[in-house]
Amino acid sequence: MTYVEKFTFRETGVIELEELKRLNLLPPQERLLKGPVAILECPEEIPCNICVPFCPTKAIQMESIIALPKIVWDKCTGCGICVAVCPGLAAFVVDLSKPDADYVTVPHELLPVPRVGDKVTVLSRRGEVLGEGVVVRVWERNKTYVVTVKVSKGLGLEVRAIWPRIL
Amino acid sequence: MPRVDRRIYEHPILTFHRGRKVTFQFEGQLVEAYEGESVAIALYALGVDVFSWSPKLGRPRGPFCMIGKCSSCFMTINGIPNIKACKYPVREGLIVKRQRGWGLLAKSSILEENKPVFSEKIETDVLVIGGGPAGLIAALTAANYDLNVVIVDEHFKLGGQLLKQTHKFFGNVELFGGFRGFQIAEELTRKIAGEGRIRTLTGAVAYGVFRGGYVGIVSEDIHYIIKPKALIIATGAQEKYLDFPNNDLPGVIGAGGAQTIMNEFGVKPGENALVVGSGNVGLIVAYQLLQAGVKVRAVVEILPEIGGWFVHAAKVRRYGIPILTRHTIKYAEGDVRVRKAIIVAVDEKFNFIPGSEKEFDVDLVLLAIGLEPDSRLAIQAGAVVKYVPELGGFTPIRTKLLETTVRNMYVAGDVSGIEEATTAMLEGKIAALAIASQLADSSKSSKALEEAEKILKFLWEEYRASPLLARAKRGKETVTVSIQELEDLRKRFPSPISFG
Repeated sequence: MTYVEKFTFRETGVIELEELKRLNLLPPQERLLKGPVAILECPEEIPCNICVPFCPTKAIQMESIIALPKIVWDKCTGCGICVAVCPGLAAFVVDLSKPDADYVTVPHELLPVPRVGDKVTVLSRRGEVLGEGVVVRVWERNKTYVVTVKVSKGLGLEVRAIWPRIL
Repeated sequence: MPRVDRRIYEHPILTFHRGRKVTFQFEGQLVEAYEGESVAIALYALGVDVFSWSPKLGRPRGPFCMIGKCSSCFMTINGIPNIKACKYPVREGLIVKRQRGWGLLAKSSILEENKPVFSEKIETDVLVIGGGPAGLIAALTAANYDLNVVIVDEHFKLGGQLLKQTHKFFGNVELFGGFRGFQIAEELTRKIAGEGRIRTLTGAVAYGVFRGGYVGIVSEDIHYIIKPKALIIATGAQEKYLDFPNNDLPGVIGAGGAQTIMNEFGVKPGENALVVGSGNVGLIVAYQLLQAGVKVRAVVEILPEIGGWFVHAAKVRRYGIPILTRHTIKYAEGDVRVRKAIIVAVDEKFNFIPGSEKEFDVDLVLLAIGLEPDSRLAIQAGAVVKYVPELGGFTPIRTKLLETTVRNMYVAGDVSGIEEATTAMLEGKIAALAIASQLADSSKSSKALEEAEKILKFLWEEYRASPLLARAKRGKETVTVSIQELEDLRKRFPSPISFG
């Protein structure tokens, strides 16, 4: 295995965009620009297929229980059900189609429960503070809150968590 | 006594239902607790860190495993020493004392008052020892084949380690995937309660297996002698320990112990934590600490890679918790509780790299360095066991259908080698189906075997086919033998005990 082929997420706990791309987990650029779409940051063969039966448009496919999930990008509507049900909290929805801002939907299981209009700190995959975001939608399923946050243009593929209070 | 309340009143996932208030005596003072709590939890919630003093050096001891597997929470309760405070429910009027050393043997008058008042003999089809995921599914499966079942657990409620799992389980919908562990415990416990063929003995310890196929079980006031046609040992696992100076200080707790404190009972285990070990347990506990409002300063991992699954690691990394690979704990500091933890980087041979030490002000050091099968009862019964590093320690040799060298004695769940709750449930089902294929009505026995074969195929060929489970699978392969090999072992190492 050459250096460029090696995945580093097992050493860091952080997956790089380029790694997601190599695993076919990143939607193509034209799909990203079209509107909300799910990104499943699920790079390992966990015996789990919960997202498959819950997807209302049958956009998520898996060959076996240990296969990586595959999204048929044009079927995905970015509804966020997978964000709510993924046991690994590894599903996100991004919307890069708006001119003024990006929108990111993340799973959230910390107190306080964010409310629409709240200003929150937005965090990267490595926990860095990327700035501030505004909560635009919140819903809940079995105590996982699905929170959509409006962030600065360009941060849609970077923001992966919110912190309810300004740090 | 300082007025401290470590109870959690708001939690993102859990709602804590506390019983009515009760008052008991601790070191001569009246203290309050809630029904449903154990003595250990009630005291921990009040800010008590020291539960006893060690016999030789008089060092302070606090809770460690919180599930009755270790001796760290021994106290003297109502005059009787060496009571596991983590397994002893609070009650009005208890007299609880810190123990100094071994404790004084109770006076005969006290023993007289506390002696077992009943003795009961029970004959049953299946006895299941352990009420965790494997045992619960085993009991329900056997009852489903019209077999009479007794299920025993040393805790005062069923559920095992599911009780403290707040995360949603992987798997598929049929395997409870998507449900949180404690929700699975609730669901299975409710089913067991509604099943007339299952008798549940909680707060009861299986202390030995005897010639003639008897199992001795003792609860606080009843001594049971049970004669089952088949026995399923589903005793789970215990946390491994790690050597470092001051590893015995209160505040050095098993990761699972901390989960019991915060998730089962809603008590904050500390304020600032260091987690040692980045397997799934370490990663999950780090995330759960965050949910309970505890600051996690770091997760350290001695290997160059994170041990657990990426998605669990990603959950803690995105909240800024560092996972420091090639690092371990060097020592802890503190007097009656951990105050500091010093970590150090290691080289390829795991030697400490001088000068790389870092200091953390923490009151919690959680050990998440692995589990070992609790095979004690199986070994006492005479089962042939094997040391399998991939499975965490000694575990009985068994067939695919999970029968051990002790005839009609089966294993299921972590005692059969450490995996996780989903495989434990599948194994519980397989063991019960294997028994049903022997004991059930002839109209149903072949169906039981068919069902078992189907699950075996799924477990070995689909579920365990994941590269993430390769190590455990390899381990399980080394202790799984054919019926012929099992018979050969029985001849070479005959056990005086058999069931059936």
